[in-house]
Amino acid sequence: MKMVCKKMCVVACVLVCLIGLSGNAAVAGGDVLKMATTTSTDNTGLLDYLAPVFKADSGIELQWVSVGTGKALALGKNCDVDVLLVHAPAAEMKLVQDGSVIDRTELMFNDFVFIGPPSDPAGVKGASVKDALGVIASKKASFASRGDNSGTNKKELQLWKHAQLAVPDKETWYIQTGQGMLNTINIAAERDAYTMTDRGTYIKYESNWKGNPPLVILVEGDSTLRNQYSALAVNPKKCSNVKYDLAKKFIVWMASDKTQKLIGNFELMKKQLFIPNAK
Amino acid sequence: MDYIAQGFIRSIELLLSGDPETYSAIFTTLRISSLSIVASLIIGIPLGFLLGYFEFPGKRQVRAIVDTLLALPTVVVGLFVYAFISRRGPCGELGILFTITGIAVAQTILVTPIVVSLTATAIESLDRRLRATLVALGARGRQILITSLMEARYAVLVAAVTAYGRAISEVGISMMIGGNIKWHTRTITTAIALETGKGDFAVGIALGIVLLTFALVVNSSLTLLKKRS
Repeated sequence: MKMVCKKMCVVACVLVCLIGLSGNAAVAGGDVLKMATTTSTDNTGLLDYLAPVFKADSGIELQWVSVGTGKALALGKNCDVDVLLVHAPAAEMKLVQDGSVIDRTELMFNDFVFIGPPSDPAGVKGASVKDALGVIASKKASFASRGDNSGTNKKELQLWKHAQLAVPDKETWYIQTGQGMLNTINIAAERDAYTMTDRGTYIKYESNWKGNPPLVILVEGDSTLRNQYSALAVNPKKCSNVKYDLAKKFIVWMASDKTQKLIGNFELMKKQLFIPNAK
Repeated sequence: MDYIAQGFIRSIELLLSGDPETYSAIFTTLRISSLSIVASLIIGIPLGFLLGYFEFPGKRQVRAIVDTLLALPTVVVGLFVYAFISRRGPCGELGILFTITGIAVAQTILVTPIVVSLTATAIESLDRRLRATLVALGARGRQILITSLMEARYAVLVAAVTAYGRAISEVGISMMIGGNIKWHTRTITTAIALETGKGDFAVGIALGIVLLTFALVVNSSLTLLKKRS
């Protein structure tokens, strides 16, 4: 009995190790392009939709880490990825100027919206961005901020500045989550707070709740709320290890007529999430 | 309340229907923890033997350091390994950031102290007369090592299983070094963290059930082994 039990233990251990090790071989082979991107392109499912088509067209496998744009730019600067897909034009231009990235190509846009509880405790519905922020600050209504240096976060900080208000960094009603967009919306919903999101992620959130979400759009359509996405290749002159040729292929592919049409056709709940605008 | 019940039902569906995303996370976890456990055993058992078998000056201090490393925080390991394997870091040439290999390396660092410490304890608690007998019978170097380890085999297995338990359940390293890349470095724990944040509980619960099952198997085999040793 003792022997049988022992043998079974050994067999079980070996099996687990084999399962573990065998799969490794399958991963190798083929070109792999590493991309750092913002949480919005990942959360909405856009990349899950595009990556298989890219693989079929070029044979290149796209792998992405989804982080805030600030971190994505840092990953590019540190040579840890080959290509970036981000949305913070001002911060992107800085990296272009210092030569860390090249080939900046504008691909698509959507817009930011302010969302909050349907009861709208501060009464911002339909207001301009400037007024809405002013009211939220004066009434000390809860507001969830990404607080992670992401593209959305950078935009939000810029809007406070535009409204000539100090960023309410240490106020108790200002919740800095340090997490992705969808996470932040969920935190805002739990705390009955307002927050700012890109429209793509909001539509995804709406569809998660089957069209009946606890937070609704309150402020939209302001000209300051445009949200431009671009792709950038990490400069091979600064980072000798990056796969520049693959990155370049990806950028050209993203800007091609075919892919631009695919991006335009990407819908959730019959709503278009991104509007292609590559030149 | 409703969504928790729904999450449970959906999670059972996911597991039974062989949902590729769920199973990809499970197999990735198994692959990484197997790699790291094999590496940590290869490094840890000989070191543990040396530490337990020989008397040398400063042994107590070394022991204290190893025991301190048992409580190594995963995020600190993640931070250091990240800094080293980032392409601008000293080991950047390897290009293993955001890969399974990278996670396995960091997990090896995390669990090797467990293997070393528990193996040393196992060797120390062997009958003192064993060593004298072995030497008297003319055993040398490797023979002493193998015979001692065979005598302490259950205790060494306990070390391996404990280390395995730590490796499959950690989230800090997998998240920081792996980057939670879908189909590649998304493990059970990082997937649960992601899905909970996104508010999609079904996948989280399904993976939670799998992880609990693993923990149960690991723990019951520990109890069994401890009885034997």
